[in-house]
Amino acid sequence: MPTKAELAALMQLPDDRGHFGPYGGRFVSETLIGALQELESTYESLRQDPEFQAEFDKDLAHYVGRPSPLYHAERLSRENGGAQIYLKREDLNHTGAHKVNNTIGQALIAKKMGKPRIIAETGAGQHGVASATVAARLGLECVVYMGIEDVRRQALNVYRMKLLGATVVPVESGTRTLKDAMNEAMRDWVTNVDTTYYIIGTAAGPHPYPKLVRDFQCIIGREARQQSLDQVGRLPDALVACVGGGSNAIGLFHPFIEDGDVRMYGVEAGGYGIASGQHAAPLSAGRPGVLHGNRTYLMEDDAGQILGTHSVSAGLDYPGVGPEHAWLKDTGRAEYVDATDDEALAAFRTLTRVEGIMPALESSHAVAYALKLARTMREDQFIVVNLSGRGDKDIHTVASLDGIDV
Amino acid sequence: MSRIKDCFARLETAGRKALIPYVTAGDPSPAVTVPLLHAMVEAGADILELGVPFSDPMADGPVIQLACERALSHGTRLLDVLDMVAQFRTTDSQTPIVLMGYLNTVEVLGYENFATRAKAAGVDGILTVDLPPEESDDFIEVMRAAEIDVIYLLAPTTDESRIKSVCEKGSGYIYYVSLKGVTGSAALDVAAVEEKLKQVRRHTDMPLGVGFGIRDDASARAVSQIADGVIVGSVLVNRIAELATQPQQIPEQVSRIIAGMRAAMDA
Repeated sequence: MPTKAELAALMQLPDDRGHFGPYGGRFVSETLIGALQELESTYESLRQDPEFQAEFDKDLAHYVGRPSPLYHAERLSRENGGAQIYLKREDLNHTGAHKVNNTIGQALIAKKMGKPRIIAETGAGQHGVASATVAARLGLECVVYMGIEDVRRQALNVYRMKLLGATVVPVESGTRTLKDAMNEAMRDWVTNVDTTYYIIGTAAGPHPYPKLVRDFQCIIGREARQQSLDQVGRLPDALVACVGGGSNAIGLFHPFIEDGDVRMYGVEAGGYGIASGQHAAPLSAGRPGVLHGNRTYLMEDDAGQILGTHSVSAGLDYPGVGPEHAWLKDTGRAEYVDATDDEALAAFRTLTRVEGIMPALESSHAVAYALKLARTMREDQFIVVNLSGRGDKDIHTVASLDGIDV
Repeated sequence: MSRIKDCFARLETAGRKALIPYVTAGDPSPAVTVPLLHAMVEAGADILELGVPFSDPMADGPVIQLACERALSHGTRLLDVLDMVAQFRTTDSQTPIVLMGYLNTVEVLGYENFATRAKAAGVDGILTVDLPPEESDDFIEVMRAAEIDVIYLLAPTTDESRIKSVCEKGSGYIYYVSLKGVTGSAALDVAAVEEKLKQVRRHTDMPLGVGFGIRDDASARAVSQIADGVIVGSVLVNRIAELATQPQQIPEQVSRIIAGMRAAMDA
């Protein structure tokens, strides 16, 4: 564990150029530099602006429905054994996931910047839905890029986006998943940079995105911290969150960085198992490189080509990760582990049956690891698990694995 | 004198402008690339931009993205591209070669390892589209030490103060991106480009190349009248794509496009 001074320094990141240690930065082609500088200066002034913050807080309260509950899963904890499990119920947010915290914030920035059009990339479709939702509310044009493989896996969310008035563009290039959707969104942005605001859905990409997405998602950790104090009388022993790009995890972790006794576990998608090579776990099995505007851990081959990933959950099916997680890993402040497809599916079923809460397959990875971790801990300890999204969107996937056509 | 400097000096003496074609190395298969490079020089190319295939070419349009996919389907890696350059150099020691691609393929080799190997192979310059000057300090130092020019992009969105700092850091030539968009986008606006080049000219004596949106003899000619170099890529790569199943025809067919542009530029 880093020293107190080192933890305090971690809280101050990124630096002025968007670096978290050696990670982060702004690795984009020249055409986008001006737009990123404009976004950075707009955001830096808005984050000091009480009026903007008040508007954001008001939307979180009355449109998203915050604060989200911190729920003690007593029956699950009892049946599982070991530490008490508390669920941070981001699945109860409007649109069904944590993603909306960020899209509300970024759409407010887009409005301040006078951009009439927003674009977004999406994997599971939750960020696409959250973007389409805020676009509908603010009367902005919305185009969502989605890998054609994910369009197939997440048909329900595709239709939701269309109902909300968004145009969904299926992306057929590359591996046809989230990374390719992000490439395509960048291409759109570079072409339409004057009129368009790009709402990146995770705490990754070129500076200032990792910072501003984290800031908007930190509401999760701030609430969870206060709720822990109110309900249990102390801070949790451990935090657990799934990590694809890592926005729900950084939102939960960041407000606890200086609480050195609170252990943090980011759970990557282990797919068919790390040893199989068929997974989406760059922090567990990748190495540093540069993709999508930032330096971070990547899944790549020996020649620096980005590898295709596999996960049962579309939202974790991404070969990179937010740069702050890369640095939290290297500094030892957070630990990164994985849960396989099978473990996540088992956790999906367990939580559904034991608590009547159906988690997203992404969040099921966090639940799976938390169940294992809890069994190594005492009954008087407690874990906060970020239940980042609800599982309705995944019913088709789970049913088809059961051989059932719904 | 570097090959790039030497090339622009000779062109200036001759009163001609540089024609700078781009092709992706290994597209559609590795055996095509070296003969294609020689054929393009024969047809009037002055500097060669050789694309290093990357799995996620964010700044490129569909034409070059598909070229990367074809090249990668044969496993063309950066080290293979350096081998192609070395092979090219066995019979052409004069034509400058600039590698163009994305940082990650270089990063994975390590800057110094790359620079040593690239210099030995006969590479003259490198343009990594996703490495802006702000993130380049180590990179520039290593490439300078190996006498490899680091070529930067300027765009319509680049403001005056940035133009100045990019011009200070770059060497070889400046690659001016003529429009907001990816490679292979719509036609460029010559008057707007001319205006911006005047602004750039105030900050540098380096040659100014213009790319993006040059698709035929007429646009090549128009750009040659306002810039020092005409960079053409997607139209060539498109022709390569059409001939992917008859690769033996590629050098001749692509050269025909080059020759047409050359004639138009020199007319």
